[in-house]
Amino acid sequence: MKMVYVDNNATTQVAPEVFEEMAPYLTEYYGNPSSMYTFAGQVGDKIREARGKVADLIGASPEEIVLTSCGTESDSTGIHAALRSSPDKRHVITTRVEHPAVKSLCEDLAKRGYRVTFVPVDNQGNLDLDYFFDHLSDDTAVVSIMWANNESGVIFPISKIAETLQDRGIVFHTDAVQAVGKIPINLSTLPVDMLSLSGHKLHAPKGVGALYVRKGTKFSPFLIGGHQERGRRGGTENTASIIALGKACELAGQHIDDENTRIKRLRDKLENELLARIEKASINGDPTRRLPNTTSIGFDSVEGEGILLLLDQYGICASSGSACTSGSLEPSHVLRAMGVPFTSAHGSIRFSLSRYNTEEHIDYIIEHLPPIIKRLRQMSPFWKKSQTG
Amino acid sequence: MWEYTDKVKEHFLNPLNVGTIEDADGVGEVGSLACGDALTLYFKLGDDGRIADVKFQTFGCASAIASSSALTEMLKGITLDEAKKISNDDIADYLGGLPKEKMHCSVMGREALEAAIANFEGTRVKEAEGEIVCECFGITDRQIERVVKENQLTTIEDVTSYIKAGGGCENCHDQIQEIIDSVSGKEPRAKKKKTRLTNIQKIKLIEETLEREIRPALEKDGGDIELIDVDGDAVYVQLRGTCATCRLSEVTLSEYVQTKLRELVTPELVVEEVHP
Repeated sequence: MKMVYVDNNATTQVAPEVFEEMAPYLTEYYGNPSSMYTFAGQVGDKIREARGKVADLIGASPEEIVLTSCGTESDSTGIHAALRSSPDKRHVITTRVEHPAVKSLCEDLAKRGYRVTFVPVDNQGNLDLDYFFDHLSDDTAVVSIMWANNESGVIFPISKIAETLQDRGIVFHTDAVQAVGKIPINLSTLPVDMLSLSGHKLHAPKGVGALYVRKGTKFSPFLIGGHQERGRRGGTENTASIIALGKACELAGQHIDDENTRIKRLRDKLENELLARIEKASINGDPTRRLPNTTSIGFDSVEGEGILLLLDQYGICASSGSACTSGSLEPSHVLRAMGVPFTSAHGSIRFSLSRYNTEEHIDYIIEHLPPIIKRLRQMSPFWKKSQTG
Repeated sequence: MWEYTDKVKEHFLNPLNVGTIEDADGVGEVGSLACGDALTLYFKLGDDGRIADVKFQTFGCASAIASSSALTEMLKGITLDEAKKISNDDIADYLGGLPKEKMHCSVMGREALEAAIANFEGTRVKEAEGEIVCECFGITDRQIERVVKENQLTTIEDVTSYIKAGGGCENCHDQIQEIIDSVSGKEPRAKKKKTRLTNIQKIKLIEETLEREIRPALEKDGGDIELIDVDGDAVYVQLRGTCATCRLSEVTLSEYVQTKLRELVTPELVVEEVHP
């Protein structure tokens, strides 16, 4: 069966060039980069090269990159390091729409006696900056705010936040897992202290990530062990995946214009055509401040799980913010924080594109989704009511 | 991805008896948009007193649609007395089972059936008379009691899977636990016998209640509470964290802390907030 994969904010296909680059380090070149002989040393060289490529993509220097096992590890490492560096401070600021990697961690910190402020968003998914500024205090140890939201794609004003926090003794961490590789990021001119990224969101394999730690930022390791990563993260390097991450970052840099032109145009076409063909459908999130690859669309009076399973019949892979798919009973915390009405929150579908999507893919979705919505609406007791009411 | 049986998939992909019946004898409407699923069931009786036609409309996930379709197939050609015997388990069994988290779909089917029969008979559904326990999903104590009894449920998580109660803000978890305990014949935790307390006993019990019951609940929302003093029946506390700045802090105090302390210590207590 034909497959159209438009769930790239969940994970991405490993780029063939990336796989080619990493494969020898799973087979032939298995040396431990810490060893003394040439056989291992060449792996160490390759890791250095990869670290440089990761740094280049975000405008950092190689020694500012700590390689980790995933985005979640990067987030936990960064936030814990920030808290340990100012043990007298007991206040943390984050948002209501963070990925669970940060959200659940902050909820846990609240249980452990920290005061946590969750900054709200408006119905467009934009951050309430006044609320944020009002809640900054001398007791604030760390601010962790995502660069772009995984569900709505809305981009937060990271440079404004970074500039406000500069020289205030507050560590600014951003979970940029969805942003890196999709929009240009240059940390050489932006006072962000820590930034998390994840390999599998940008065509590297799962199980590798990185934490950027600005030079001069106090740091203590989360995984304590060997001297790897200059003592900032113990544990033998995941050599093949790190090399893959380097290659993926290099490719992401080359494709970033494509991402913001061709892919954006495909996303816009998908969105416009679906809105034109399906009545009572609406975009979740500020259309003017979004990742170029993401759209979240709410379809009134239907439930997301049904939509996804019917799309699956055509080999179309997307995701939903609805309750039923996650096993929880309420729509996603992001859609609820945005105040998306229940009529469309339960029927919200996210499409997230990558450089492997084509015009043909988009046409295929535009062809098959409208009849699916129609079919489910005919089954729904609310559809007729919403039509007459 | 859910592990649905082939039968669930079949009834979801090709649901039977979708639609409405204009001159139905009985119509049952349950669920709501806010809750994420809803089912309207229509039936018409034949001259022989058996269900001659049955249709449904469902808003909800695949298993909700499949449960509705299955229910309509089960109802065809049977009498209302036979229909009354259909339990949520029967619906799930017909489909070869449902994932546990989706059992509420089968319960919704049973509830719609009862509502439709009650509509025909001109009676009210008993559960509607109970008291709301779960505010998020509008579930009454009677509904919870029944689902616990019929399915031998033993945990709050089970109750949430079967009838959704407790799946939102979680404030009703204590009440659900009490219902589970009372159905299983255990002494309900909160209804300990109360005797007159000496001052020391009262203070100790207030401290214990704050520590064990109230603080964990406030911490869930990022708040905290500290006992400052006890003078007669007046309990002075200070709220911290989000509670201290929350505009609803008066509600937190009077509605929650005081209710809990009155329930678990002594009904005369009055809680007052001290500002730092």
